[in-house]
Amino acid sequence: MSDILAVNDLTVSYAGDESVSGLSFSLKEGEILCIVGESGSGKSTILKAVAGLLSSDGEIRGGQILFGNADLTSISDSDLRKLLGSEIGMVFQNAGASFHPMRTIRDQLYEIQRTAGKMDRSVFEKKAEGLLESFGLANPKRILDSYPFELSGGMQQRVGIAAAMLLSPRLLLADEPTSAVDVMIQRRVVEELLLARKDYGAAILMVTHQMGVVRRMANQVLVLKDGRAVEYGPVDQVLRTPKADYTKKLLAAEPRLRRA
Amino acid sequence: MLACIRIFYIKMKYIGKRLLQLIPILIGITFLSFAMMRIAGSDAVEEMYNVRESAVSEQVIEAKRAELGLDRPFLVQYGSWLIGILHGDMGKSYISGRDVFMTFLSKLRATLLLSVLSLGLTVLISIPLGILAAVRQGRLTDKVLRGLSFLGNAMPGFFTAMVVMEIFGLKLNLLPVISTGVNLKSAILPALTLAISMSAKYLRQVRAAVLEELNKDYIKGLKSRGISDRIILWKNVMRSASLTIITLLALSIGSLLGGTAIIESIFMWDGVGKLAIDAINMRDYPIILAYVMWMAIIFVVVNLVTDIIYHFMDPRIRLGEGEDS
Repeated sequence: MSDILAVNDLTVSYAGDESVSGLSFSLKEGEILCIVGESGSGKSTILKAVAGLLSSDGEIRGGQILFGNADLTSISDSDLRKLLGSEIGMVFQNAGASFHPMRTIRDQLYEIQRTAGKMDRSVFEKKAEGLLESFGLANPKRILDSYPFELSGGMQQRVGIAAAMLLSPRLLLADEPTSAVDVMIQRRVVEELLLARKDYGAAILMVTHQMGVVRRMANQVLVLKDGRAVEYGPVDQVLRTPKADYTKKLLAAEPRLRRA
Repeated sequence: MLACIRIFYIKMKYIGKRLLQLIPILIGITFLSFAMMRIAGSDAVEEMYNVRESAVSEQVIEAKRAELGLDRPFLVQYGSWLIGILHGDMGKSYISGRDVFMTFLSKLRATLLLSVLSLGLTVLISIPLGILAAVRQGRLTDKVLRGLSFLGNAMPGFFTAMVVMEIFGLKLNLLPVISTGVNLKSAILPALTLAISMSAKYLRQVRAAVLEELNKDYIKGLKSRGISDRIILWKNVMRSASLTIITLLALSIGSLLGGTAIIESIFMWDGVGKLAIDAINMRDYPIILAYVMWMAIIFVVVNLVTDIIYHFMDPRIRLGEGEDS
Protein backbone atom coordinates (compact mmCIF):
# COMPACT_ATOMS: atom_id res chain seq x y z
CA MET A 1 0.00 0.00 0.00
CA SER A 2 1.13 3.51 -0.74
CA ASP A 3 1.97 6.15 1.79
CA ILE A 4 -0.87 8.50 2.58
CA LEU A 5 1.39 10.82 4.50
CA ALA A 6 5.16 11.08 4.30
CA VAL A 7 7.07 13.49 6.49
CA ASN A 8 10.69 13.96 5.44
CA ASP A 9 13.33 15.72 7.50
CA LEU A 10 10.80 18.12 9.02
CA THR A 11 12.17 20.98 11.11
CA VAL A 12 9.83 23.36 12.91
CA SER A 13 10.82 26.27 15.11
CA TYR A 14 8.85 28.30 17.62
CA ALA A 15 9.96 31.87 18.18
CA GLY A 16 13.41 30.93 16.88
CA ASP A 17 13.84 27.76 18.97
CA GLU A 18 13.76 24.44 17.19
CA SER A 19 10.80 22.45 18.41
CA VAL A 20 11.00 19.60 15.92
CA SER A 21 14.33 18.71 14.27
CA GLY A 22 14.84 16.64 11.13
CA LEU A 23 11.91 14.34 11.76
CA SER A 24 10.86 11.69 9.21
CA PHE A 25 8.04 9.19 9.30
CA SER A 26 5.31 7.87 7.03
CA LEU A 27 1.81 6.57 7.32
CA LYS A 28 0.07 4.06 5.07
CA GLU A 29 -3.63 3.92 4.32
CA GLY A 30 -5.61 2.70 7.29
CA GLU A 31 -2.54 2.65 9.52
CA ILE A 32 -2.33 4.13 12.99
CA LEU A 33 0.88 5.86 14.02
CA CYS A 34 1.22 7.05 17.59
CA ILE A 35 3.72 9.70 18.51
CA VAL A 36 4.66 9.48 22.17
CA GLY A 37 6.90 11.57 24.37
CA GLU A 38 6.75 13.83 27.39
CA SER A 39 5.21 17.29 27.42
CA GLY A 40 7.21 19.79 25.43
CA SER A 41 8.78 17.15 23.23
CA GLY A 42 7.19 18.72 20.16
CA LYS A 43 4.43 16.13 19.66
CA SER A 44 1.58 18.53 19.06
CA THR A 45 3.74 20.76 16.91
CA ILE A 46 3.99 17.97 14.35
CA LEU A 47 0.21 17.76 14.01
CA LYS A 48 -0.13 21.51 13.82
CA ALA A 49 2.51 21.64 11.11
CA VAL A 50 0.62 19.03 9.09
CA ALA A 51 -2.70 20.85 9.46
CA GLY A 52 -1.18 24.29 8.88
CA LEU A 53 -2.30 25.43 12.31
CA LEU A 54 1.04 26.60 13.71
CA SER A 55 0.57 29.86 15.58
CA SER A 56 2.11 33.01 14.15
CA ASP A 57 5.50 32.51 15.84
CA GLY A 58 5.79 28.92 14.62
CA GLU A 59 7.57 28.30 11.36
CA ILE A 60 8.45 25.28 9.22
CA ARG A 61 12.19 25.66 8.66
CA GLY A 62 12.79 22.71 6.40
CA GLY A 63 11.65 19.33 5.12
CA GLN A 64 8.54 18.11 3.40
CA ILE A 65 5.08 16.99 4.44
CA LEU A 66 3.77 14.98 1.51
CA PHE A 67 0.06 14.26 1.47
CA GLY A 68 -0.56 12.36 -1.75
CA ASN A 69 1.18 14.51 -4.31
CA ALA A 70 0.85 17.75 -2.39
CA ASP A 71 3.64 19.14 -0.22
CA LEU A 72 1.78 20.73 2.67
CA THR A 73 4.77 22.87 3.61
CA SER A 74 4.57 24.85 0.36
CA ILE A 75 0.88 24.64 -0.46
CA SER A 76 -1.19 27.86 -0.32
CA ASP A 77 -3.43 28.48 2.67
CA SER A 78 -6.59 28.21 0.62
CA ASP A 79 -5.51 24.94 -1.05
CA LEU A 80 -4.65 23.48 2.35
CA ARG A 81 -8.03 24.62 3.69
CA LYS A 82 -9.69 22.65 0.88
CA LEU A 83 -7.89 19.50 2.00
CA LEU A 84 -8.82 20.05 5.64
CA GLY A 85 -12.15 18.57 6.57
CA SER A 86 -12.60 16.61 3.37
CA GLU A 87 -9.22 14.82 3.18
CA ILE A 88 -7.63 15.52 6.55
CA GLY A 89 -9.63 15.60 9.76
CA MET A 90 -8.48 16.71 13.18
CA VAL A 91 -9.51 15.88 16.73
CA PHE A 92 -8.35 18.10 19.56
CA GLN A 93 -7.44 17.42 23.15
CA ASN A 94 -10.32 19.62 24.22
CA ALA A 95 -12.83 19.12 21.44
CA GLY A 96 -15.46 21.25 23.19
CA ALA A 97 -13.33 24.35 22.72
CA SER A 98 -12.88 23.57 19.05
CA PHE A 99 -16.53 24.42 18.41
CA HIS A 100 -18.04 27.89 18.31
CA PRO A 101 -19.61 28.38 21.75
CA MET A 102 -22.72 30.19 20.54
CA ARG A 103 -23.84 27.90 17.71
CA THR A 104 -25.57 24.53 17.81
CA ILE A 105 -23.74 21.35 16.86
CA ARG A 106 -26.20 20.99 13.99
CA ASP A 107 -25.30 24.37 12.48
CA GLN A 108 -21.62 23.70 12.86
CA LEU A 109 -21.77 20.26 11.29
CA TYR A 110 -23.90 21.64 8.46
CA GLU A 111 -21.29 24.33 7.87
CA ILE A 112 -18.64 21.63 7.48
CA GLN A 113 -20.86 19.71 5.09
CA ARG A 114 -21.38 22.86 3.01
CA THR A 115 -17.64 23.14 2.36
CA ALA A 116 -18.03 20.02 0.23
CA GLY A 117 -20.87 21.51 -1.78
CA LYS A 118 -24.59 22.10 -1.38
CA MET A 119 -26.68 19.60 0.50
CA ASP A 120 -30.33 19.77 1.39
CA ARG A 121 -31.02 20.33 5.10
CA SER A 122 -33.18 17.21 5.32
CA VAL A 123 -30.60 15.03 3.59
CA PHE A 124 -27.94 16.43 5.86
CA GLU A 125 -30.09 15.85 8.91
CA LYS A 126 -30.30 12.13 8.11
CA LYS A 127 -26.60 11.94 7.39
CA ALA A 128 -25.64 13.69 10.63
CA GLU A 129 -27.92 11.54 12.72
CA GLY A 130 -26.58 8.42 11.04
CA LEU A 131 -23.02 9.57 11.67
CA LEU A 132 -23.60 10.19 15.37
CA GLU A 133 -25.39 6.88 15.71
CA SER A 134 -22.59 5.03 13.97
CA PHE A 135 -20.28 6.39 16.67
CA GLY A 136 -22.58 4.95 19.31
CA LEU A 137 -24.07 8.26 20.37
CA ALA A 138 -27.61 7.78 21.57
CA ASN A 139 -30.24 10.43 20.92
CA PRO A 140 -28.51 12.14 17.99
CA LYS A 141 -31.33 14.68 17.54
CA ARG A 142 -30.75 16.06 21.00
CA ILE A 143 -27.01 16.29 20.39
CA LEU A 144 -27.55 18.16 17.14
CA ASP A 145 -29.84 20.59 18.98
CA SER A 146 -27.26 21.21 21.68
CA TYR A 147 -24.75 23.96 22.09
CA PRO A 148 -21.24 22.71 22.87
CA PHE A 149 -21.42 23.82 26.52
CA GLU A 150 -24.52 21.70 27.05
CA LEU A 151 -22.58 18.49 26.37
CA SER A 152 -20.36 16.74 28.89
CA GLY A 153 -16.61 16.67 28.26
CA GLY A 154 -16.73 13.08 27.07
CA MET A 155 -19.65 13.82 24.79
CA GLN A 156 -17.85 16.84 23.36
CA GLN A 157 -14.86 14.64 22.61
CA ARG A 158 -16.95 12.06 20.80
CA VAL A 159 -18.86 14.69 18.84
CA GLY A 160 -15.45 16.15 17.96
CA ILE A 161 -14.45 12.84 16.39
CA ALA A 162 -17.76 12.59 14.53
CA ALA A 163 -17.31 16.15 13.23
CA ALA A 164 -13.82 15.30 12.01
CA MET A 165 -15.18 12.21 10.23
CA LEU A 166 -18.22 13.92 8.68
CA LEU A 167 -16.62 14.22 5.25
CA SER A 168 -14.80 10.85 5.60
CA PRO A 169 -11.24 12.15 5.41
CA ARG A 170 -8.47 9.68 4.57
CA LEU A 171 -6.25 10.96 7.34
CA LEU A 172 -7.24 11.77 10.89
CA LEU A 173 -4.94 13.83 13.09
CA ALA A 174 -5.62 13.28 16.77
CA ASP A 175 -4.00 15.55 19.35
CA GLU A 176 -4.15 13.81 22.75
CA PRO A 177 -7.81 12.95 22.22
CA THR A 178 -7.99 10.87 25.40
CA SER A 179 -6.02 13.05 27.81
CA ALA A 180 -8.78 15.28 29.08
CA VAL A 181 -11.44 12.65 29.71
CA ASP A 182 -11.92 10.06 32.43
CA VAL A 183 -11.04 6.41 32.04
CA MET A 184 -14.47 5.18 30.97
CA ILE A 185 -14.75 7.82 28.28
CA GLN A 186 -11.16 7.14 27.27
CA ARG A 187 -12.12 3.63 26.30
CA ARG A 188 -15.06 4.91 24.25
CA VAL A 189 -12.92 7.50 22.47
CA VAL A 190 -10.39 4.81 21.59
CA GLU A 191 -13.17 2.60 20.26
CA GLU A 192 -14.51 5.43 18.15
CA LEU A 193 -11.12 6.20 16.68
CA LEU A 194 -10.74 2.52 15.80
CA LEU A 195 -14.19 2.68 14.26
CA ALA A 196 -13.15 5.66 12.16
CA ARG A 197 -10.43 3.49 10.72
CA LYS A 198 -12.59 0.41 10.30
CA ASP A 199 -15.68 2.04 8.78
CA TYR A 200 -14.13 4.96 6.98
CA GLY A 201 -10.69 3.56 6.23
CA ALA A 202 -8.97 6.52 7.80
CA ALA A 203 -5.29 6.47 8.66
CA ILE A 204 -4.65 8.03 12.06
CA LEU A 205 -1.70 10.09 13.20
CA MET A 206 -2.13 10.39 16.94
CA VAL A 207 -0.20 12.17 19.60
CA THR A 208 -0.53 10.83 23.12
CA HIS A 209 1.39 10.24 26.31
CA GLN A 210 -0.80 7.35 27.41
CA MET A 211 0.97 4.07 26.73
CA GLY A 212 -2.23 2.08 27.29
CA VAL A 213 -3.83 3.89 24.39
CA VAL A 214 -0.76 3.22 22.25
CA ARG A 215 -0.91 -0.48 23.05
CA ARG A 216 -4.57 -0.65 22.18
CA MET A 217 -4.44 1.31 18.94
CA ALA A 218 -1.08 1.78 17.29
CA ASN A 219 0.47 -0.10 14.39
CA GLN A 220 3.56 2.05 14.47
CA VAL A 221 5.10 4.06 17.28
CA LEU A 222 7.40 7.03 17.13
CA VAL A 223 9.11 8.07 20.35
CA LEU A 224 9.95 11.74 20.43
CA LYS A 225 12.42 13.47 22.72
CA ASP A 226 13.33 17.13 22.39
CA GLY A 227 11.92 17.25 18.89
CA ARG A 228 13.93 14.25 17.62
CA ALA A 229 12.83 10.69 16.97
CA VAL A 230 14.66 8.39 19.37
CA GLU A 231 12.81 5.29 18.27
CA TYR A 232 10.43 4.49 15.43
CA GLY A 233 8.98 1.15 14.42
CA PRO A 234 6.12 -1.36 14.73
CA VAL A 235 4.32 -1.19 18.05
CA ASP A 236 5.32 -4.69 19.23
CA GLN A 237 8.95 -4.10 18.57
CA VAL A 238 9.08 -0.69 20.26
CA LEU A 239 7.06 -1.69 23.33
CA ARG A 240 8.56 -5.19 23.84
CA THR A 241 12.15 -4.59 22.95
CA PRO A 242 12.80 -0.88 23.30
CA LYS A 243 16.28 0.08 22.18
CA ALA A 244 16.54 3.65 23.32
CA ASP A 245 17.02 4.36 27.04
CA TYR A 246 14.41 7.07 26.81
CA THR A 247 11.77 4.61 25.57
CA LYS A 248 12.60 2.27 28.45
CA LYS A 249 12.20 5.11 30.91
CA LEU A 250 8.90 6.12 29.34
CA LEU A 251 7.60 2.55 29.57
CA ALA A 252 8.79 2.17 33.13
CA ALA A 253 7.10 5.39 34.15
CA GLU A 254 3.74 4.12 32.98
CA PRO A 255 1.41 3.10 35.80
CA ARG A 256 0.71 -0.59 35.30
CA LEU A 257 -2.47 -2.47 35.97
CA ARG A 258 -2.13 -6.23 36.28
CA ARG A 259 -4.74 -8.27 34.55
CA ALA A 260 -6.48 -10.62 36.92
CA MET B 1 -45.33 24.54 24.75
CA LEU B 2 -45.87 24.75 28.48
CA ALA B 3 -42.14 25.26 28.91
CA CYS B 4 -42.27 28.12 26.41
CA ILE B 5 -45.04 29.85 28.32
CA ARG B 6 -43.15 29.35 31.55
CA ILE B 7 -39.97 30.84 30.07
CA PHE B 8 -41.94 33.77 28.61
CA TYR B 9 -43.49 34.35 32.02
CA ILE B 10 -40.06 34.32 33.67
CA LYS B 11 -38.78 36.80 31.11
CA MET B 12 -41.70 39.18 31.59
CA LYS B 13 -41.25 38.99 35.32
CA TYR B 14 -37.58 39.82 34.86
CA ILE B 15 -38.31 42.78 32.61
CA GLY B 16 -41.00 44.01 34.99
CA LYS B 17 -38.61 43.77 37.90
CA ARG B 18 -35.98 45.75 36.06
CA LEU B 19 -38.48 48.47 35.18
CA LEU B 20 -39.67 48.62 38.78
CA GLN B 21 -36.09 49.32 39.81
CA LEU B 22 -36.48 52.57 37.91
CA ILE B 23 -38.72 53.97 40.65
CA PRO B 24 -36.14 54.13 43.47
CA ILE B 25 -33.49 55.20 40.96
CA LEU B 26 -35.64 58.09 39.75
CA ILE B 27 -36.55 59.20 43.26
CA GLY B 28 -32.94 58.97 44.34
CA ILE B 29 -31.42 60.93 41.53
CA THR B 30 -34.07 63.61 41.34
CA PHE B 31 -33.69 64.17 45.08
CA LEU B 32 -29.92 64.41 44.73
CA SER B 33 -30.23 66.79 41.81
CA PHE B 34 -32.67 68.90 43.76
CA ALA B 35 -30.30 68.99 46.70
CA MET B 36 -27.28 69.82 44.58
CA MET B 37 -29.05 72.65 42.86
CA ARG B 38 -29.80 74.01 46.30
CA ILE B 39 -26.16 73.78 47.35
CA ALA B 40 -25.12 75.54 44.15
CA GLY B 41 -26.45 78.79 45.59
CA SER B 42 -28.36 81.35 43.55
CA ASP B 43 -31.75 80.44 42.17
CA ALA B 44 -33.83 80.93 39.03
CA VAL B 45 -35.17 84.29 40.12
CA GLU B 46 -31.73 85.71 40.82
CA GLU B 47 -30.39 84.41 37.51
CA MET B 48 -33.37 85.76 35.64
CA TYR B 49 -32.89 89.29 36.90
CA ASN B 50 -29.11 89.10 36.59
CA VAL B 51 -29.44 88.29 32.93
CA ARG B 52 -31.82 91.14 32.38
CA GLU B 53 -29.42 93.36 34.30
CA SER B 54 -32.32 95.42 35.52
CA ALA B 55 -32.28 96.87 38.94
CA VAL B 56 -35.22 95.37 40.75
CA SER B 57 -36.20 95.76 44.32
CA GLU B 58 -35.84 92.98 46.83
CA GLN B 59 -39.59 93.01 47.05
CA VAL B 60 -40.06 92.09 43.42
CA ILE B 61 -37.57 89.26 43.78
CA GLU B 62 -39.30 87.93 46.87
CA ALA B 63 -42.67 88.13 45.15
CA LYS B 64 -41.33 86.17 42.19
CA ARG B 65 -39.83 83.59 44.54
CA ALA B 66 -43.13 83.19 46.29
CA GLU B 67 -44.85 82.83 42.93
CA LEU B 68 -42.52 79.98 41.91
CA GLY B 69 -42.63 78.43 45.35
CA LEU B 70 -38.92 78.93 45.88
CA ASP B 71 -39.47 80.48 49.29
CA ARG B 72 -40.77 77.25 50.76
CA PRO B 73 -38.51 74.79 52.61
CA PHE B 74 -36.44 72.46 50.49
CA LEU B 75 -38.31 69.26 51.31
CA VAL B 76 -41.66 70.85 50.68
CA GLN B 77 -40.47 72.00 47.28
CA TYR B 78 -39.25 68.57 46.39
CA GLY B 79 -42.41 66.98 47.75
CA SER B 80 -44.72 69.17 45.73
CA TRP B 81 -42.68 68.53 42.61
CA LEU B 82 -42.89 64.81 43.26
CA ILE B 83 -46.65 64.97 43.77
CA GLY B 84 -46.92 66.85 40.49
CA ILE B 85 -44.96 64.14 38.69
CA LEU B 86 -47.24 61.45 40.10
CA HIS B 87 -50.14 63.37 38.58
CA GLY B 88 -48.34 63.53 35.25
CA ASP B 89 -47.47 67.18 35.67
CA MET B 90 -43.80 68.03 35.30
CA GLY B 91 -44.41 71.67 36.08
CA LYS B 92 -43.65 74.82 34.16
CA SER B 93 -40.32 76.30 33.26
CA TYR B 94 -39.34 79.07 35.70
CA ILE B 95 -37.94 81.07 32.83
CA SER B 96 -40.27 80.64 29.91
CA GLY B 97 -43.32 79.65 31.91
CA ARG B 98 -44.09 76.93 29.40
CA ASP B 99 -44.99 73.36 30.19
CA VAL B 100 -41.82 71.36 30.89
CA PHE B 101 -42.97 68.17 29.26
CA MET B 102 -43.91 69.90 26.01
CA THR B 103 -40.69 71.93 25.99
CA PHE B 104 -38.71 68.77 26.47
CA LEU B 105 -40.57 66.88 23.76
CA SER B 106 -40.02 69.71 21.29
CA LYS B 107 -36.25 69.48 21.78
CA LEU B 108 -36.19 65.71 21.75
CA ARG B 109 -36.90 65.49 18.04
CA ALA B 110 -33.64 67.26 17.26
CA THR B 111 -31.66 65.08 19.64
CA LEU B 112 -33.20 61.89 18.29
CA LEU B 113 -32.35 62.86 14.71
CA LEU B 114 -28.78 63.70 15.65
CA SER B 115 -28.39 60.51 17.71
CA VAL B 116 -29.70 58.19 15.03
CA LEU B 117 -27.64 59.86 12.32
CA SER B 118 -24.37 59.97 14.23
CA LEU B 119 -24.76 56.44 15.53
CA GLY B 120 -25.55 55.18 12.04
CA LEU B 121 -22.46 56.89 10.67
CA THR B 122 -20.36 55.52 13.51
CA VAL B 123 -21.53 51.98 12.84
CA LEU B 124 -20.86 52.36 9.12
CA ILE B 125 -17.37 53.73 9.70
CA SER B 126 -16.03 51.93 12.73
CA ILE B 127 -17.28 48.37 12.31
CA PRO B 128 -15.99 47.66 8.79
CA LEU B 129 -12.73 49.49 9.47
CA GLY B 130 -12.27 47.79 12.84
CA ILE B 131 -12.78 44.37 11.26
CA LEU B 132 -10.42 45.28 8.44
CA ALA B 133 -7.73 46.38 10.90
CA ALA B 134 -8.09 43.15 12.85
CA VAL B 135 -7.94 40.91 9.81
CA ARG B 136 -4.88 42.78 8.53
CA GLN B 137 -3.28 42.89 11.96
CA GLY B 138 0.25 44.26 11.88
CA ARG B 139 0.14 45.10 8.20
CA LEU B 140 0.10 48.55 6.59
CA THR B 141 -3.72 48.83 6.47
CA ASP B 142 -3.87 48.13 10.18
CA LYS B 143 -1.18 50.67 10.96
CA VAL B 144 -2.82 53.40 8.89
CA LEU B 145 -6.22 52.74 10.45
CA ARG B 146 -4.77 52.74 13.93
CA GLY B 147 -2.99 56.00 13.15
CA LEU B 148 -6.22 57.58 11.97
CA SER B 149 -8.03 56.33 15.03
CA PHE B 150 -5.33 57.83 17.23
CA LEU B 151 -5.71 61.15 15.45
CA GLY B 152 -9.49 61.05 15.81
CA ASN B 153 -9.16 60.27 19.50
CA ALA B 154 -6.68 63.06 20.05
CA MET B 155 -8.87 65.73 18.50
CA PRO B 156 -11.36 67.27 20.91
CA GLY B 157 -14.94 67.50 19.65
CA PHE B 158 -14.98 71.25 19.22
CA PHE B 159 -11.85 71.08 17.08
CA THR B 160 -13.29 68.34 14.87
CA ALA B 161 -16.40 70.50 14.61
CA MET B 162 -14.35 73.43 13.36
CA VAL B 163 -12.53 71.25 10.86
CA VAL B 164 -15.71 69.83 9.33
CA MET B 165 -17.29 73.29 9.33
CA GLU B 166 -14.27 74.65 7.50
CA ILE B 167 -14.22 71.86 4.92
CA PHE B 168 -17.88 71.16 4.22
CA GLY B 169 -19.40 74.49 5.17
CA LEU B 170 -16.90 77.09 4.05
CA LYS B 171 -14.55 75.54 1.48
CA LEU B 172 -16.99 73.25 -0.32
CA ASN B 173 -20.04 75.23 0.68
CA LEU B 174 -22.11 72.05 0.73
CA LEU B 175 -23.79 72.20 4.09
CA PRO B 176 -24.89 74.89 6.51
CA VAL B 177 -22.31 75.71 9.16
CA ILE B 178 -24.98 76.60 11.64
CA SER B 179 -28.23 74.77 11.92
CA THR B 180 -31.11 76.24 9.93
CA GLY B 181 -33.64 74.29 11.96
CA VAL B 182 -34.24 70.64 12.65
CA ASN B 183 -33.61 69.17 9.23
CA LEU B 184 -31.40 66.50 7.76
CA LYS B 185 -29.08 68.92 5.99
CA SER B 186 -28.28 70.79 9.18
CA ALA B 187 -27.88 67.54 11.08
CA ILE B 188 -25.13 66.15 8.87
CA LEU B 189 -22.20 68.22 10.14
CA PRO B 190 -22.88 67.78 13.85
CA ALA B 191 -23.57 64.09 13.23
CA LEU B 192 -20.33 63.75 11.32
CA THR B 193 -18.42 65.49 14.09
CA LEU B 194 -19.83 63.10 16.65
CA ALA B 195 -19.30 60.12 14.37
CA ILE B 196 -15.65 60.95 13.79
CA SER B 197 -14.88 61.03 17.52
CA MET B 198 -16.92 57.92 18.26
CA SER B 199 -15.59 55.97 15.29
CA ALA B 200 -12.02 56.70 16.30
CA LYS B 201 -12.75 55.15 19.67
CA TYR B 202 -14.80 52.23 18.37
CA LEU B 203 -12.45 51.29 15.57
CA ARG B 204 -9.94 50.22 18.19
CA GLN B 205 -12.51 48.44 20.27
CA VAL B 206 -14.02 46.58 17.34
CA ARG B 207 -10.50 45.63 16.27
CA ALA B 208 -9.69 44.36 19.75
CA ALA B 209 -12.95 42.42 20.00
CA VAL B 210 -12.40 40.73 16.63
CA LEU B 211 -8.75 39.97 17.42
CA GLU B 212 -9.72 38.44 20.73
CA GLU B 213 -12.11 36.10 18.96
CA LEU B 214 -9.57 35.29 16.25
CA ASN B 215 -7.20 34.02 18.93
CA LYS B 216 -9.71 31.65 20.50
CA ASP B 217 -9.41 27.88 20.23
CA TYR B 218 -12.49 27.43 18.10
CA ILE B 219 -10.80 29.24 15.22
CA LYS B 220 -8.30 26.38 14.96
CA GLY B 221 -11.19 23.93 15.15
CA LEU B 222 -13.05 25.63 12.31
CA LYS B 223 -9.91 25.85 10.20
CA SER B 224 -9.18 22.17 10.79
CA ARG B 225 -12.63 21.35 9.42
CA GLY B 226 -11.99 23.26 6.23
CA ILE B 227 -14.24 26.25 6.96
CA SER B 228 -13.22 29.21 4.80
CA ASP B 229 -11.82 32.40 6.31
CA ARG B 230 -14.85 34.30 5.03
CA ILE B 231 -17.30 32.08 6.89
CA ILE B 232 -15.08 31.97 9.97
CA LEU B 233 -15.13 35.75 10.09
CA TRP B 234 -18.73 36.54 9.24
CA LYS B 235 -20.63 33.63 10.67
CA ASN B 236 -18.50 32.81 13.69
CA VAL B 237 -16.17 35.58 14.81
CA MET B 238 -18.68 38.35 14.22
CA ARG B 239 -21.37 36.48 16.09
CA SER B 240 -19.28 36.62 19.24
CA ALA B 241 -17.71 40.00 18.61
CA SER B 242 -21.11 41.58 18.02
CA LEU B 243 -21.90 41.12 21.72
CA THR B 244 -19.01 43.41 22.64
CA ILE B 245 -19.93 45.84 19.89
CA ILE B 246 -23.56 45.99 21.02
CA THR B 247 -22.45 46.82 24.55
CA LEU B 248 -20.31 49.66 23.25
CA LEU B 249 -23.05 51.05 21.07
CA ALA B 250 -25.57 50.83 23.89
CA LEU B 251 -23.38 53.05 26.04
CA SER B 252 -23.17 55.55 23.19
CA ILE B 253 -26.89 55.54 22.60
CA GLY B 254 -27.28 56.53 26.22
CA SER B 255 -24.96 59.49 26.06
CA LEU B 256 -26.18 60.57 22.61
CA LEU B 257 -29.82 60.60 23.65
CA GLY B 258 -28.78 62.66 26.63
CA GLY B 259 -27.77 65.29 24.13
CA THR B 260 -24.28 66.37 23.36
CA ALA B 261 -24.20 69.80 24.88
CA ILE B 262 -20.92 71.00 23.34
CA ILE B 263 -21.62 69.87 19.80
CA GLU B 264 -25.21 71.05 20.00
CA SER B 265 -24.03 74.46 21.16
CA ILE B 266 -21.34 74.80 18.49
CA PHE B 267 -23.74 74.02 15.68
CA MET B 268 -26.64 75.80 17.36
CA TRP B 269 -28.50 72.51 17.20
CA ASP B 270 -31.59 72.87 19.32
CA GLY B 271 -31.55 69.57 21.23
CA VAL B 272 -31.95 68.45 24.83
CA GLY B 273 -28.23 68.84 25.58
CA LYS B 274 -28.40 72.54 24.88
CA LEU B 275 -31.70 72.77 26.73
CA ALA B 276 -30.08 71.18 29.79
CA ILE B 277 -27.08 73.51 29.75
CA ASP B 278 -29.31 76.55 29.41
CA ALA B 279 -31.53 75.28 32.19
CA ILE B 280 -28.55 74.73 34.48
CA ASN B 281 -27.24 78.22 33.79
CA MET B 282 -30.62 79.69 34.60
CA ARG B 283 -31.29 77.37 37.57
CA ASP B 284 -34.49 76.31 35.83
CA TYR B 285 -35.16 73.45 38.25
CA PRO B 286 -38.18 71.82 36.57
CA ILE B 287 -36.33 71.53 33.26
CA ILE B 288 -33.18 70.21 34.94
CA LEU B 289 -35.19 67.60 36.78
CA ALA B 290 -36.94 66.53 33.61
CA TYR B 291 -33.54 66.14 31.98
CA VAL B 292 -32.14 64.13 34.87
CA MET B 293 -35.15 61.82 34.77
CA TRP B 294 -34.80 61.40 31.04
CA MET B 295 -31.17 60.38 31.44
CA ALA B 296 -31.97 57.87 34.16
CA ILE B 297 -34.75 56.34 32.10
CA ILE B 298 -32.52 56.12 29.02
CA PHE B 299 -29.74 54.35 30.85
CA VAL B 300 -31.98 51.87 32.59
CA VAL B 301 -33.92 51.12 29.41
CA VAL B 302 -30.82 50.88 27.21
CA ASN B 303 -29.21 48.52 29.72
CA LEU B 304 -32.34 46.43 29.81
CA VAL B 305 -32.56 46.26 26.03
CA THR B 306 -28.88 45.29 25.85
CA ASP B 307 -29.49 42.53 28.36
CA ILE B 308 -32.42 41.25 26.34
CA ILE B 309 -30.37 41.27 23.14
CA TYR B 310 -27.57 39.41 24.93
CA HIS B 311 -30.11 36.98 26.14
CA PHE B 312 -31.33 36.15 22.66
CA MET B 313 -27.90 36.12 21.08
CA ASP B 314 -25.91 34.16 23.60
CA PRO B 315 -27.23 30.68 24.36
CA ARG B 316 -24.89 30.40 27.33
CA ILE B 317 -26.82 33.18 29.06
CA ARG B 318 -30.23 32.12 27.77
CA LEU B 319 -29.98 28.47 28.74
CA GLY B 320 -27.96 29.11 31.88
CA GLU B 321 -30.80 31.24 33.23
CA GLY B 322 -33.35 28.58 32.35
CA GLU B 323 -31.55 26.11 34.59
CA ASP B 324 -31.41 28.43 37.57
CA SER B 325 -35.04 29.37 37.68
